[in-house]
Amino acid sequence: MRKVAVVGAGLTRFMRRAQETGPELAWLAASQALESCGLGLKDVDSVAIGTAPDAFDGVHMKGEYLAPGAGGWGRPVTRPYAGGGTGVLVPIHAWFNVASGLFDVCLVVAEEKMSTCHPHPQGAFVTIFDNILERPLEPNLIWIFALEMQRYMDTYGITKEEIALVSVKNKRNGLDHPSTHVAEEITVKDVMESEVMVSPVNRLDVSPVSDGAAAIVLVSEDVARRISDNPVWIDGIGWNLDTAYWTNRDLAYPSYVERAARMAYKMAGITEPRKQINVVEPYDPFSYKELHHLEGLLLCDKGQAAKITADGVTQRNGDMPVSPSGGLLGVGNPIAAAGLMKVAEIFWQLRGEAGRRQVPGQPKVGLAQAWGDLMQVGTVVVMRVD
Amino acid sequence: MTERTLPGTPLSDEDMQQGKVLTLNWPASLRYEWDTGVAIGRFLRELKNGRIIGRSCHRCQRVLIPPRMFCERCFRPTDAWQFVQDSGSVNTYSLSHLRWDASRVEEPILVAVIEIDGSSQGGLLHYLGDVRPEEIHIGMKVKAVWKPAEEREGSILDIRHFRPIDTAQDGPA
Repeated sequence: MRKVAVVGAGLTRFMRRAQETGPELAWLAASQALESCGLGLKDVDSVAIGTAPDAFDGVHMKGEYLAPGAGGWGRPVTRPYAGGGTGVLVPIHAWFNVASGLFDVCLVVAEEKMSTCHPHPQGAFVTIFDNILERPLEPNLIWIFALEMQRYMDTYGITKEEIALVSVKNKRNGLDHPSTHVAEEITVKDVMESEVMVSPVNRLDVSPVSDGAAAIVLVSEDVARRISDNPVWIDGIGWNLDTAYWTNRDLAYPSYVERAARMAYKMAGITEPRKQINVVEPYDPFSYKELHHLEGLLLCDKGQAAKITADGVTQRNGDMPVSPSGGLLGVGNPIAAAGLMKVAEIFWQLRGEAGRRQVPGQPKVGLAQAWGDLMQVGTVVVMRVD
Repeated sequence: MTERTLPGTPLSDEDMQQGKVLTLNWPASLRYEWDTGVAIGRFLRELKNGRIIGRSCHRCQRVLIPPRMFCERCFRPTDAWQFVQDSGSVNTYSLSHLRWDASRVEEPILVAVIEIDGSSQGGLLHYLGDVRPEEIHIGMKVKAVWKPAEEREGSILDIRHFRPIDTAQDGPA
């Protein structure tokens, strides 16, 4: 298969509520991504669109709805979907487009507009639960996070205070991100004293609902060498789905993330991820999820992610910077767009273009990961600069 | 790509109240009638009878709760119906201050994944009741509290909730 590179990226602001429609947001990100690498729509061979449940927008066929703003007119367009994992599944899908030799340039666009669903998008999230055995109990999406977090804390003896450090770090990192709408300087005490939503989850453990879009451009090696001085190669991809019978699973450890990571590592020739990966953007919709995912990604031992966080290893200037963008907790969480924002962050970090967010030491290899569906899917890309 | 102002126009609550942008409302009004299927259909019928039933796979030796007519691991038909106990242990739990639509409740809703005795790590999402929140812990032994037979209708709600096992009343766990 052919080598595939990322050569451009674009983002909108992430907002509680945007004036722009979905297609308008997609356009703002997609046009910016093309402009950033000197390409135009005429150069685009195929388009991959990512967006999470249609129920947020109340618009069916969201891929088709977004396509005009995403550069999809008269082109091969697809919309891969894996719930919250979509933001990293879309570049994986785009990778097939280019690595297979079918296309030289694939435009990757992710958009989410969660503000449309009233009174609250939680009302749409209820439809992800089993319709016959779980929905009669009137579950809230946060239930499954709270249940998983409790099991994780109990299994490894981790405290809420230790987990709160993730929110403190990511919301601070987000202060340097131009898309943010939720960055702030907070303390562990602030997290602990924020409203208890679904115990053990407090308000400041949770990423917000957001509107926004992100886009990147994937190209073949020939195109990359021609138009870019510093392409970022996608060296490895991996994804994995666990059973939808989520109440049958071990909630303390995301084994599906491990399987996705192992697939990506094998492809990228990563044998010692803790030494070889320089910067990480794991999915952090809730504070404990960053820890859960670092363990699933084999970047620390099971139950040890809280410790390396407390030791400062995951700070921007630490040995293994984690979520230097600010992540979903510090920038915002327009679901699919938030996952692709993480891929864009690794792109900028590896090119040394992350400005005030730049991690030191000229990182060469980075990883972005997303997660979702009913706590069951992991999506991973490993990226590298020459 | 760091210092520049990114595109996008945030709207505030005031913008909406003052009508600065036009919006269109559309209340979705849809009704669905789901067939409960072969496996869950029988499961619900047995709940109406005050019993919990699973399906066993003779190849991987699992007793599946919720039951399914196929084993997703062995990818073959499951083999037999098997009654399991209406007791179990708390796999994990939570105290929810939110309803399904994110509105707030006064008294927290007690939620748990219950591993059903006699199944192979078969869990059900359900409520806990007759228990003080601070007493709930992972591994706690619990038993189903059923609705009276005449009120049961073949629904997961035929079990009101799970309560801690009282060894005086229920015998040794």
